[in-house]
Amino acid sequence: MSLLEARNLEKQFGGLKAISGLSFSVPENIIFSVIGPNGAGKTTLFNMLTSIYKPTSGSIFYKGNNITGMPPHKVAGLGITRTFQNLQVFLNMTALENVKVGCHMHSNSGLISAALRLPSVMKEEHRVRKMAMEVLEFCGLGDIADMPASALPYGILKKLEIARALAAQPDLLLMDEPAAGLNDTETMELCDLIVQICQSGITIILVEHNMSLVMEISHHVLVLNYGKLLAQGSPYEIQHNSKVISAYLGGE
Amino acid sequence: MKRLAGYYCFAIATLMLPLLFPDSYYVTVVGVTVCTNIVLAVSLNLLMGYAGQISLGHAAFFGLGAYSSAVLTIKYGMNPWLAMTAGVIAVTVLSYVLSRPILRLKGHYLAMATLGLGIIVHIFFVQADQFTGGPDGISGLPVLSILGYPIDSDLKWYWTFAIFMLASVLFSLNIAHSRSGRALAAVHGSEIAAQMLGVDTAKVKSHVFVFSAVLACITGSLFAHQQDFVSPESFSFFFSIELVTMVVLGGLGSTFGAVIGAILLSLLPEVLLVFEDFEVMIFGAILMVIMIFLPQGLFVAMEETFFRLLKRKSQGSADVTS
Repeated sequence: MSLLEARNLEKQFGGLKAISGLSFSVPENIIFSVIGPNGAGKTTLFNMLTSIYKPTSGSIFYKGNNITGMPPHKVAGLGITRTFQNLQVFLNMTALENVKVGCHMHSNSGLISAALRLPSVMKEEHRVRKMAMEVLEFCGLGDIADMPASALPYGILKKLEIARALAAQPDLLLMDEPAAGLNDTETMELCDLIVQICQSGITIILVEHNMSLVMEISHHVLVLNYGKLLAQGSPYEIQHNSKVISAYLGGE
Repeated sequence: MKRLAGYYCFAIATLMLPLLFPDSYYVTVVGVTVCTNIVLAVSLNLLMGYAGQISLGHAAFFGLGAYSSAVLTIKYGMNPWLAMTAGVIAVTVLSYVLSRPILRLKGHYLAMATLGLGIIVHIFFVQADQFTGGPDGISGLPVLSILGYPIDSDLKWYWTFAIFMLASVLFSLNIAHSRSGRALAAVHGSEIAAQMLGVDTAKVKSHVFVFSAVLACITGSLFAHQQDFVSPESFSFFFSIELVTMVVLGGLGSTFGAVIGAILLSLLPEVLLVFEDFEVMIFGAILMVIMIFLPQGLFVAMEETFFRLLKRKSQGSADVTS
């Protein structure tokens, strides 16, 4: 059964069709990559899947439920979360606190009980701290837990954003250009991390420009061009698809 | 324990003052004003500093609390505690209803909307003179008593305000290190990322708006009883601005920043009285100098310097041992 299914998605910004007539389905527990030239509509697609944008028409089904137009935090509540192309780390917190925010849905104390610091709050704090530390360590960030995020280098922040998303314990993780701006070593580490995340049972939708990374780890690749589906299939099929080659390199 | 070390020092100092100087004007009269301003600044900091939502109308809720106590006890002969509760309920409902539409706005637009709220409430105090006594205000509130003990001296008022203030500061410190506090900071950091982690940002903002309004409202009720007089002047737009200044001056987002800002802005005018005509000028100049040289706020700057020195010292001693 497919985890996520998009039917006839369309998004229009004024006269511009950023996405049109896009249908696809994402099976469970794979790395599903979305590629395409700049401006092909990849980030727009992500924004629709996470309900930041409402599609002009078409619908999105997640685990069989129609989630089109649902408020973003509810979509997150169903088990979809994401990382951002332009980092959205909370720079006003430490690394650990960032990941603790990721645990938001797995804790439930409110403002009043927090103000009074009831025993239940202290117990919860303890549990959240443990959860967050585990995730940080999984991502190899254990030793920078108490550093302010604003003092961390770019490569670490990219990882921190992934850690924060994992703390939300999603079933589906959308990653928007996680390798952008990383050096080769960092990209290698990221590659391993993504594969590990997938092996832990989380489905990944990946938008990425680093083709060697995409081709190495993806199970399925979808190619967008001018907001339309150009091709989809295994990495091998995509690499040998003439339409894809001409879209990227320019054909006659 | 370590988390609250600073708080305990502050609490001891606050509670020692009346024991050491029971007759000082600065404790019994200025002290109460300082405590009032601290609660207001701390409650505003929850909204502005933690959640990053500016409010230029905080004095409105302070005023609504004061007027509900004054009007209900004087005009309707209501029990002071009942009047205070009625005020809290009214402010809870009002702030909740307003919070959803207002907090959808951001930045300058939010500033405008809250500014409008403050002005409307102020005009209401001035114009609805059959209830509020108009620009002259109303006086003659009944004495407030706690469990049969009347609060009828300046010193007793100091204790009441000091304890209420210390409780509010503790609430604020507690919230910082909790799920709610982090959700507020997340809204401040990146609203979109917060939503992607399942934070209902509209709800979080609305809750903190109500919480901070209710704290201001209770402060207003106590203030009305302590002053035995309310007039619109105390709840004007200028007072809202002063509260914002306290929060920013001390250091946005830091509870003790708001505390220091409130203390400074309450004491400075008293101290500067010796300069007579130049008082306001010097006051303004001090504020400008602080903001130019310590834009992150007075307390936050001091805290950073302190920790930097501490780190250097511990590194120094580590070098010696190695």
